[in-house]
Amino acid sequence: MNTSESRAKRMSMIVTKGSLDWAYPPFILATTAAAMGLEVSMFFTFYGLGLLKKQLDLSITTLGNSAMAMPMLGGHMAMPNLLGALPGADAAATAMMKSLIRKKGVASIEELRAAAIEADVQMIACQMTMDLFEFRPEDMIEGPIVGGAATYIETAMKSDINLFI
Amino acid sequence: MADHTLDARGLNCPLPILRARKALKEMAVGDVLAIQATDPGSVKDFEAFCKATGHALVESTAAGNEFRFRIRRTQ
Repeated sequence: MNTSESRAKRMSMIVTKGSLDWAYPPFILATTAAAMGLEVSMFFTFYGLGLLKKQLDLSITTLGNSAMAMPMLGGHMAMPNLLGALPGADAAATAMMKSLIRKKGVASIEELRAAAIEADVQMIACQMTMDLFEFRPEDMIEGPIVGGAATYIETAMKSDINLFI
Repeated sequence: MADHTLDARGLNCPLPILRARKALKEMAVGDVLAIQATDPGSVKDFEAFCKATGHALVESTAAGNEFRFRIRRTQ
C-alpha cells in the first residue's frame, strides 16, 4: 500500500437490491476492492438483505427492465412487458441468464459471496429490514453483524469510497 | 522464470484478479507469478491491481486471444 498512509483505504457500500442481476455489482466490487488491499464494509438493506440468506434462489425479471437485452440468434432481444408478464417468463429469463453466466466464465453469486467472506469483508444486516420483512436469524448466514443506519454512517465517515447500489 | 503459475483462462471479471491475489498471498516476497488469461479486461485490471497494491507488473503481453502477465510480489 501507499507508504504515506498509516492505514488501509476503506470502501463502504449500501446494498439495496436482491435480484440476480443487481447482486453482481456489489459483490464484484467488494471482492475486488478487498483483493486490492481495501477494508470493505457492505450494509445490506431492503431487498439487498435477501443476499445474506443461507439459501440463495435469485432471479431476474424482464418487467420494467427496458434496457435488458439478451444475446439471441446472433442479435439481442428484449422482452416486451406484455410477454414478460406471462407466467413462466421470469423463470425462463432467469434460466437463460444463469446459462450465460456459466458459459462466459462469470462467477456465481454464491462464489463471490464466499470470496467476500473469505476476504474479511465486513457485512452488516439492517435490523429494521429484518423486522420489516420478517427475516429469521436462523435463515441468514453466520458472520454479518446486525445494525442500523447509524452503524452504516459511522462506517461511511471513515471510508474513502462510499457507494449506493 | 516464474516461481508460480496461474491459469485464469476462461474466467471472467473479477475472478482473474481474485485468483491472482490468492496466489500472491501464498508466495514469498520476491517470487514471480505467471498468469494466463483470456479476459480482455484483465489487461487494464492487472495494471490497476498492481498500482493499488504495489506489486510489480513485470510483463504484460497479448498473443491472439490470450494474455500473459508476470507479477512480482513486492511486500
